Amino acid sequence: MTAVAATTETVSLPKVKTDWLPALLVPILAVAALPLVGSFSTWVTLTVAALAMGMMIFLMASGLTLVFGLMDVLNFGHGVFISFGAYVSLMVLGPLAGWVESPNIWLNIGVLLACIVVAMLVTGALGYAFERVVIRPVYGQHLKQILITMGGMIVAEQMIHVIWGASPIPLRLPEGLRGAIVVGEAAMEKYRVIAVVLGLLVFGLMHLLLNRTKIGLLIRAGVENAEMVEALGYRIRRLFVGVFIAGSALAGLGGVLWAFYRQTLTAGMGMEVNVLIFIVIIIGGLGSIGGCFVGALLVALVANYTGFLAPKLALGSSILLMVLILLWRPQGLYPVAKR
Amino acid sequence: MKDAILRLDGVHTHIGQYHILHGIDLVVPRGQLTMLLGRNGAGKTTTLRTIMGLWQASKGHVHFDGRDITKLSTPDIAQAGIAYVPENMGIFADLTVRENMILAARNGEIDPKRLKWIFGLFPALEKFWSLAAGTLSGGQKQMLAIARAIVEPRELLLIDEPTKGLAPAIIMNMIQAFRELKSTGATILLVEQNFMAARLLGDSVAVMDDGRVVHRGAMAELAEDTTLQQKLLGLSMDAHQ
Amino acid sequence: MLPNNPIHSILSGDYPRSKALSVALVIVLVSLAFAPFLFPGSQPLNVAAKICVFVILVASYDLLLGYTGIVSFAHTMFYGIGGYGVAIAMYNFNAGWGALGLGVLAALVLAMLLALLIGLFSLRVRAIFFAMITLAVASAFAILASQLNEITGGEDGRSYRIPEMLRPAFRLFDEPVLGVMINGRILTYYLIFFAALILFLLALRVVNSPFGRVLQAIRENDFRAEALGYRVVVYRSIANCLSAGMATLAGVLMALWLRYTGPDTTLSFAIMIDILLMVVIGGMGTLYGAVLGATIFILAQNYLQVLMGQFSGMLEAAGIPLLPGLFHADRWLLWLGILFVLSVYFFPVGIVGKLRQMKS
Ligand SMILES: Nc1ncnc2c1ncn2[C@@H]1O[C@H](COP(=O)(O)OP(=O)(O)OP(=O)(O)O)[C@@H](O)[C@H]1O
Ligand SMILES: [Mg+2]
Repeated sequence: MTAVAATTETVSLPKVKTDWLPALLVPILAVAALPLVGSFSTWVTLTVAALAMGMMIFLMASGLTLVFGLMDVLNFGHGVFISFGAYVSLMVLGPLAGWVESPNIWLNIGVLLACIVVAMLVTGALGYAFERVVIRPVYGQHLKQILITMGGMIVAEQMIHVIWGASPIPLRLPEGLRGAIVVGEAAMEKYRVIAVVLGLLVFGLMHLLLNRTKIGLLIRAGVENAEMVEALGYRIRRLFVGVFIAGSALAGLGGVLWAFYRQTLTAGMGMEVNVLIFIVIIIGGLGSIGGCFVGALLVALVANYTGFLAPKLALGSSILLMVLILLWRPQGLYPVAKR
Repeated sequence: MKDAILRLDGVHTHIGQYHILHGIDLVVPRGQLTMLLGRNGAGKTTTLRTIMGLWQASKGHVHFDGRDITKLSTPDIAQAGIAYVPENMGIFADLTVRENMILAARNGEIDPKRLKWIFGLFPALEKFWSLAAGTLSGGQKQMLAIARAIVEPRELLLIDEPTKGLAPAIIMNMIQAFRELKSTGATILLVEQNFMAARLLGDSVAVMDDGRVVHRGAMAELAEDTTLQQKLLGLSMDAHQ
Repeated sequence: MLPNNPIHSILSGDYPRSKALSVALVIVLVSLAFAPFLFPGSQPLNVAAKICVFVILVASYDLLLGYTGIVSFAHTMFYGIGGYGVAIAMYNFNAGWGALGLGVLAALVLAMLLALLIGLFSLRVRAIFFAMITLAVASAFAILASQLNEITGGEDGRSYRIPEMLRPAFRLFDEPVLGVMINGRILTYYLIFFAALILFLLALRVVNSPFGRVLQAIRENDFRAEALGYRVVVYRSIANCLSAGMATLAGVLMALWLRYTGPDTTLSFAIMIDILLMVVIGGMGTLYGAVLGATIFILAQNYLQVLMGQFSGMLEAAGIPLLPGLFHADRWLLWLGILFVLSVYFFPVGIVGKLRQMKS
C-alpha cells in the first residue's frame, strides 16, 4: 500500500485547460466581418440575424448530434421533425387566429408559445414512433440506416403535401412580434431577438441537464462509450429513446421558430435545413453539444455575411467553412473522446 | 473445490461470420483469484466479453451464482453483480475522475469509508479527483478503471490485462493492490500477459489457445512446471523475471 | 463454362447464375438492341434511351453502395457535371465533335477531381461523414448551377445543337432499313446503346478484378481489411472516382439524347432517389441488378405513373375523400418512398438476389 503511494506522488498535477479557441472563433469572425460589411448598422442587423439563425439551427441540430453520439445512429430523416413541427403550428394558428392579430403582446407571445408546445408534443410523439418503426430494426447497420431514414424523410415530406397541400403557405408573425427595435442606426428585428433569447434559454437548460444531473452524466458517458455504460449496469436503450424523443421535440421547436423566421411553410424546408445541420454537427464534432452550439453560430454568421456580400455563395461558404475547420481539426471543433 | 461463482459450459462465440470461441469450459471458484492466460489472439478478451453479454454466445451456457445468464443483456448481467474492466479500460475521458466513479455507484453515492480505502489503494485518484479522466496517465487510467469496478463490493470482477503497457514499478503497485483486494475476499477473473504477475497473484489458472481452454489447474502447479509453461504459453526462462 | 470461352471473358467470369435472370437479361438486351425496329415511335425510343443511360448511372452507383458499402448523395452531381459539360461546350462553341470531346473531357476531369477531393477528405475520418458531406456538396452544387446564369443558363438550363450526324434531320441512308428510316435520332440512340454496353462490361470487369474483390472485403469488414494491409481510404477513394467518372459519362449520354441540360433533368434530388430505388429494387452488390432495376423502374415511371393519375381521377370522381390526394400523379414520390423503405427492410437482396435464391 505504501509503495503505491510513493510512486504516484511524484506525478505532477496536469493543468486544467478548457479549450476556448473554437468558441472564440465566433466573436473573432463577427469582428473580422465588420470592415468587410462596411456599415456598422448593417453589421448589427446581420449579426443579430445570424445569431437568431444560429440558435435555431442549434436547436434543430442538438438532438441529432446526441442521437449519433449515443447510439451511432445517423438519422437522415431528422428534417422530418423540423417540417412537421412547422406545419403543426398551423393547427394552433387556425383556432387562435384572433391572438395573432391581437394588439395585446401577451396574447401574441401566448400564441407563439402554444405553437411551440403543440409542435414539441407532436414531434416528440412522432420521434417516438420513428424510433420504433424506422430506426430500431436497423441498429448497427449504417448503410441501411442511411437508406431507411432517407426513405422515411421522403415519405414524410410527401405526406405533408398530402395533408397540407403542395404549395407554400405564408405564415404571419403575431402582431406584436413584427417590426424592429431601433437602437441608434441599427435595426434589430424583434422576432430575431426573441429567437436568440429562446435559443440561449434552451441551451442553458440543456447545459444544466447535461452537467448537473445523473441523466446528463449518463448521456455524456454514453456518447463517449455506450458499451461501458451498459457494462456498468445502465440500460442505454431507454436513455437513447428518451434522447431521441427530446431531440425530435427540439427539432420541432426549431421548426416552428424557423418557419416564423422565414414566414413561409414549405414541405422541403426540413430537408433544406438538414444540409446545414449536417455541416454544423460535423464542424462541432459528432456527439458534442458544445461543438454543435459553436458550429451553429459559425455557420449562421458565415451564411449571413456571405449572403450579404456574395449571395450566390451562401451555402458554398458553409461548406468552405467546414472544409477549413476539418483541415484544422479533423474530428471537428470539440471532438468527443471515443473509445 | 470451493463452490463456483461462475461457470462456462461449452461456450461458442461468433463475431460476424468468424467463429472465435470453440467450446469454452471454465470455472471461477468463489473467493479466489483465477488467472486466464494465453497468447495474443487466444480469445481471452472475447471470453470476458461473452460473459458480460457484450458478445452473444452462439452455443453453450454461462452460469453466474447458480443463474443462467447466457441470454441476459449486459446491464442485467452487471446488475447481477459482475463488474468489468475492459482491455481498453473504458474510461470516460471527458468526465472527471469523480464522475467516472459516481457512475459505477448504483445509487449515485459513494460510501465515504470505501472511498477512503480506494484512495489508499490508488492515491493518484484522490489527487486528480476533479480533473477530466482523459488527462490521467495510462497507469492512472488503469487504476481508475479498477477503482470504478470496486466502488461497491461486487460478487465477481472481470479484469482484462490491467498491467498492459505499464512500467515495472507501476506493475508492482498494481500487484500490491490486487493482493489487498484479494484479502477482502473478492472473487476475480484476471486476464494477464505478464506471467510474473500471474504467478504472484493467481490461485487457480486456466490457459486458452485458439478459442479453447487447454489447461486448468492450480496456479502454483503451473508456476513450478517450466516445461508445461513452455508448452502452453511458449514462455522462455527470461520471461520469469 | 470454360474460362477461355469468349462469353466468359466478356462477362469477366461473372455469370447471372440463374436461368430466370439470364432470360430476363437477354430480353432486356435484345429489346434495347433492336428498340428502334421493335418499338417504333419517339416515346418508346425515348424510354429505351433512358433505360440505357440509367443502367450505367445505377451500375456506377452500385459500385459505391453495393460493392464498396458507402452511401453517396452526390451521384446526381457527377451526372450533372457530365450533362453540363456537353451543354456548355455545345452552347458556346460550334456543335462539332471536337467541342463535344472537349466538353466530355473537361467534365470527366472535373468530376473525378471533385470525387477524389471529397473522398480523400471525408473518407479519411469516418465513412459515415461521406454520406453527409456528399449531401452537402451536392446541394451546394445544385444551388450554384441554378444561380450561375451566364454559364449554366440557371433554372432554365440550356438547349443546344449537337453534331450534325446526331440531329433528327440527318439521314444515314436514303431508303428505310426494315421499314425504319435511319436518322440522326436513331444513330444517337445506338451511340448511347453501345456506349452503355461497353461501360457496363467495363464495370463488370472492374468489380471482378482483384481491385473489386478488395472493395468487397472492405465492405464486409473494413477493420479487418485494414488489418490485412489494404489502405481502405485509398481503395474507397478510387472506387469513388471510378463511379463518378461513369456517372459523368451517363450524364454526357443523357445530354446528347435530350439536347437540353437543366437542374431538373440532372441535379435534382428526385433523380438521386430514383437511382437509390433502382439499385435497391434490382439488388445491391450485383451489376445485373442495375439492369433490371433501371429497366423496371423506368418502364413503371413512364407507364404506371400515368395509370396512377387516372386511378386518382377515378377516386375523385367517385367522391372518396383523402384517397385522391394519395394517388395523385404528383404523389408518385410518396409511393416510391414507401416502396424504397419496404424494399430496404424486406427485400434487401433485390430482384437479382431473389431470382438467384429461387434457383438454389
Ligand atoms: N471485432 C472483431 N471482429 C473480428 N474478429 C475479432 C474481433 N475481435 C476479436 N477478433 C478475433 O478474435 C480472436 C480472439 O481475440 P481476443 O481479443 O479475444 O484475443 P485475446 O486473447 O484477448 O488477445 P490479446 O492478448 O491480444 O488481447 C482474434 O483472432 C481476433 O482477431
Ligand atoms: Mg485481449
